[in-house]
Amino acid sequence: MASIPTQASVVVIGAGIVGNSLVHHLARLGWRDIVQVDKGPLPNPGGSTGHASNFIFPVDHSREITDLTLDSVRQYKELGVFTQSGGFEIARTEERMQELRRRMSSAQAWGIESHLVSPEEVVEKVPYVDAGVIVGAFWTPSVGVVDSVGAGTQMRESAQQLGALTVSPNTEVTGIDVEDGRIARVHTDRGTIATDKVLVACGVWSPRIAAMAGAAIPLTPAVHQMISVGPVPDLAAIPGEISFPIIRDMDTFCYERQHGSDLEIGSYAHRAILHEPDEIPSIDAAKLSPTEMPFTADDFDPQLEQALELMPDVLSNPDVEIRYAINGLLSLTPDGSPILGESPQVKGLWSAAAVWVKEGPGVGRAVAEWMTNGLPEVDVQGADIARFHSHQRTREHVRARTSEAFIKTYGIVHPGEQYESDRNVRLSPMHSRHQELGAEFFEAGGWERPQWYASNAHLLEEFGDRVMDRTAEWDSRWWSPIINAEHLALRERAGIVDLSSFVIFDVAGPRALDAVQGIVVAQMDVPVGRVVYTPVLDEAGGFRSDLTIIRLAHDRFRVVTGAAHGMVDVKWFADRLPDSGAAIADLTSSFTTIGIWGPRARDIVAAVTTADMSNEGFRFGTARTIEVGSLEVLASRISYVGDLGWELYVPMESGAKLWDVLREAGAGHGLVPVGLGVYGTTGRIEKGYRAFGAELDSERTVVEVGMVRPKVKTQDFVGRAAHLRHREEEPKTVLCSLTVDDHTSSTGEKRYMLGGEPIVDQEGQPLVDGHGRRSYVTSAGSAPSLGKHVLMAFLPPAEAVVGNRLQVVYLEERYPVTVASVDATPLFDPANDRIRS
Amino acid sequence: MDILVCIKRVPDISGQITLDASGRDIDHGALGHTISAHEECAVELAVQLAGASDGEVTILTLGTDDAVEQLRAALAVGANDAVLVETEDPGAYGPEDIAYAIAEVVRTRANDGQNYDLVLVGNDAADTGDFQVGVRLAYELDRPVLTGITLLRLAEETAEVDSAGDGGPTSIEAHGIGPAGTEIFNLPLPAVVAVQEGGVEPRYPSIPGRMKAKKAPLDEVDAPEPVHGNPRVALELPPEQSSTVTILGEGPEAAPALVDVLEEIGVLR
Repeated sequence: MASIPTQASVVVIGAGIVGNSLVHHLARLGWRDIVQVDKGPLPNPGGSTGHASNFIFPVDHSREITDLTLDSVRQYKELGVFTQSGGFEIARTEERMQELRRRMSSAQAWGIESHLVSPEEVVEKVPYVDAGVIVGAFWTPSVGVVDSVGAGTQMRESAQQLGALTVSPNTEVTGIDVEDGRIARVHTDRGTIATDKVLVACGVWSPRIAAMAGAAIPLTPAVHQMISVGPVPDLAAIPGEISFPIIRDMDTFCYERQHGSDLEIGSYAHRAILHEPDEIPSIDAAKLSPTEMPFTADDFDPQLEQALELMPDVLSNPDVEIRYAINGLLSLTPDGSPILGESPQVKGLWSAAAVWVKEGPGVGRAVAEWMTNGLPEVDVQGADIARFHSHQRTREHVRARTSEAFIKTYGIVHPGEQYESDRNVRLSPMHSRHQELGAEFFEAGGWERPQWYASNAHLLEEFGDRVMDRTAEWDSRWWSPIINAEHLALRERAGIVDLSSFVIFDVAGPRALDAVQGIVVAQMDVPVGRVVYTPVLDEAGGFRSDLTIIRLAHDRFRVVTGAAHGMVDVKWFADRLPDSGAAIADLTSSFTTIGIWGPRARDIVAAVTTADMSNEGFRFGTARTIEVGSLEVLASRISYVGDLGWELYVPMESGAKLWDVLREAGAGHGLVPVGLGVYGTTGRIEKGYRAFGAELDSERTVVEVGMVRPKVKTQDFVGRAAHLRHREEEPKTVLCSLTVDDHTSSTGEKRYMLGGEPIVDQEGQPLVDGHGRRSYVTSAGSAPSLGKHVLMAFLPPAEAVVGNRLQVVYLEERYPVTVASVDATPLFDPANDRIRS
Repeated sequence: MDILVCIKRVPDISGQITLDASGRDIDHGALGHTISAHEECAVELAVQLAGASDGEVTILTLGTDDAVEQLRAALAVGANDAVLVETEDPGAYGPEDIAYAIAEVVRTRANDGQNYDLVLVGNDAADTGDFQVGVRLAYELDRPVLTGITLLRLAEETAEVDSAGDGGPTSIEAHGIGPAGTEIFNLPLPAVVAVQEGGVEPRYPSIPGRMKAKKAPLDEVDAPEPVHGNPRVALELPPEQSSTVTILGEGPEAAPALVDVLEEIGVLR
């Protein structure tokens, strides 16, 4: 057996599309002494790339995935392995047509040419389809097919030509050594490689490899069935491998792809069939390849019937035979996103897993850039491996969520849709109270959070038309007018919110100040008891987070951040601590947070404490410990809903007590329990508060989102140089708030946008900002205090003028909108009198 | 002419085989299942013969409920109905028991008016390779038997029509590969034939075929208790085959060494 190098700058495990594009991009970025191993032979080592369908539909509702796909297509084209075919996503039902109209929004928002077409137009291009079974279709001319194995070979060879790469096929990784929390070496059946970086790019086997290092890559191998039928005489008559557009039969969760004289039919309609990474057969034991498992025909039979309906003439021919049928393995993750980046569990263990062929080269580039200087050009924060809370890494959670989500691959997924499986994992101390109040629970990071309370239904009567009810089923799915009623009650009286899902961690130690000072934008050398809201930037000045930090002591800072992104924040801070003198303690499960806001909040809190809660005695932006009955409560006067009040922190076990005390004291003041529907959307949107992941991401600068402070601190912090530069430059885009002027659709029904819709000018032309991005709605929601539906969107600077009249496209109809704010000035209470009252 | 084809669900052995913990069975974990190539040819022959003689094909297997997969696969390539002789423990049945169980079905169906002119089995099972069921079944049914048959033909000139019966042929032409060439037999019916692969090309299922299979009648009967039992005590894996690659040389210098090897293995004389 050939031996392998004894040392490497990085060991890339896997030679599928992801591993191959990674070695290519790493080499291109200057990496040398890369070693790539795969237990299979080249060029097809037997993973999921080898049996992939290899077609690419660029439009996805996720901007991140679309960006990665578009970058991948560009790379495939450069490699000469992309064949454009065009593609139809066809609808058999009216419900699906609405989804295709929604898909048009995404296509326009991401700048991809697509059209809605009639059944006849489908038949014109794909004559073997029966127009009678379809209602319409979504046509994307730029759909194509790639040779992913060929692309991978070229990319691997380009790295070899640079002298950067040693490839070792037929080499099995047998162990990974971790020393002091860092990767030390990789053992293989051909020898041991000393290295401080391992990049796991081996698809369905990734969990098994990560486990060797004591870490998790939470994905599961799952079956995607496909068959190939042929020879179809009608297809054989036409020269060329790919002569017809690809069909995605969305309502039956199937696709049909012509390949020479054969048709490949793939399905996502069957039951979720999950496997264990350790039980995938070895190469020797596998019939075809390890990821081409024996076909289970029963699961596929319903799809045959549906395919026959769609393509009756070609498929009913008894000479057209099923010549190849597999249960192909692919990787599924609990939230559907890829798993990229450095593991929060082991330094130097990188993941590039759960990636489809359509994203492979884009991911390769992004992760290579990330490994090189921490700055992937495409924002891939939604795929960060650090995002998982501990329960989300478990086998049980992965299996539950992927079983539930498999059918959603081609499904119609509402943006507010909640998972049903593996719920009730994290319950706040007030949970039983919420249940008694008829809370509708939404989940975040495993926490069950009231979105609204049925017990507040009586408020609908009180506020009447002001609750801005929605009649269209889609607009009102996963929504209730009670949210808006709770909002109005908070604004008029007071609301109490369970915020137990906050991720809370302390940075403490003699060098704690230096640590946080170097990580965040805002000045942290502030008096003890100050509360600071601050952006967190990367070296390029893009957003990595926005969060709140309380200075608890000269040597202790409490960081409070959201459930969705909090685990990434923990790693971001941990990675940037000095070698000694500061440490992080995750206190998420130690403290619950109860928010109380509204004009009566002071009266209510003052009634249960002897502390001075007056405006003079307790200024906005400060925090201190107060006594509420027998409880010591850390009270922090800030607000994400833009009203007078406090976040109150107590140990988890005392949360229910505090909740009860406040509810009781608030009874006479009209205090209502308020759900996250208010906290997360209505409260913030009428105040123009930005949300990470929607408005804030690594592409946009502090200037562009309108969060510039008068001064920049003199102390260095991550992204300072870039931030200073951004302040000197004209912004390329401007975050604006817009109000919808008229909601009436062509049928006379009032429609309410949910986010993701394109913003166009009066003539219907798309707006393109200085980053080359089209304008689209980043957040949408009711602003009940204003009686308006508010949209946030980045506009080209020339269009960012208050009063500018534009249009929003919702389900293929245009509605007039007006720019209402071009900076962080709130639409509601613009002077912030309420917060500071 | 109605034909009964007996098949056996066996592991698809394209990959490496391992044994399970008991040592009496192979590990089915990652294996797909199939029927032997002999049986695939038997099904194909039966479908062709039945098609040419306006008859029907019944597929039979003895096994667990899992074997329905193989029955449906045979139905998808043209058989008309199927019988599952069901048992929880097919491993407990030896060749005599299996022959008896098949014969019981043939007799029962005959009583119900369904007579099989031909019963086809694979020449030998792909997993156990006993070569026994065909002969034992013929003995049990008191019928003539041929083994190692690759082709069956309705030979117009030799076939005698049974005027007393249903008008079907009373004999059939059977081809087998013998040591000196093709042996052709005229086989009186009813008979049992053990089919060997090589005479016909089994077809793949079509989509309409697969859908027809889904709806085709499938009779389930309980297997009779095994009387003789299965004498298998244990399985042993063969010694691992060495796969050492010897590089003979590079370029023209390798030619003499290559010639030596070719002579050694008898390709060149």
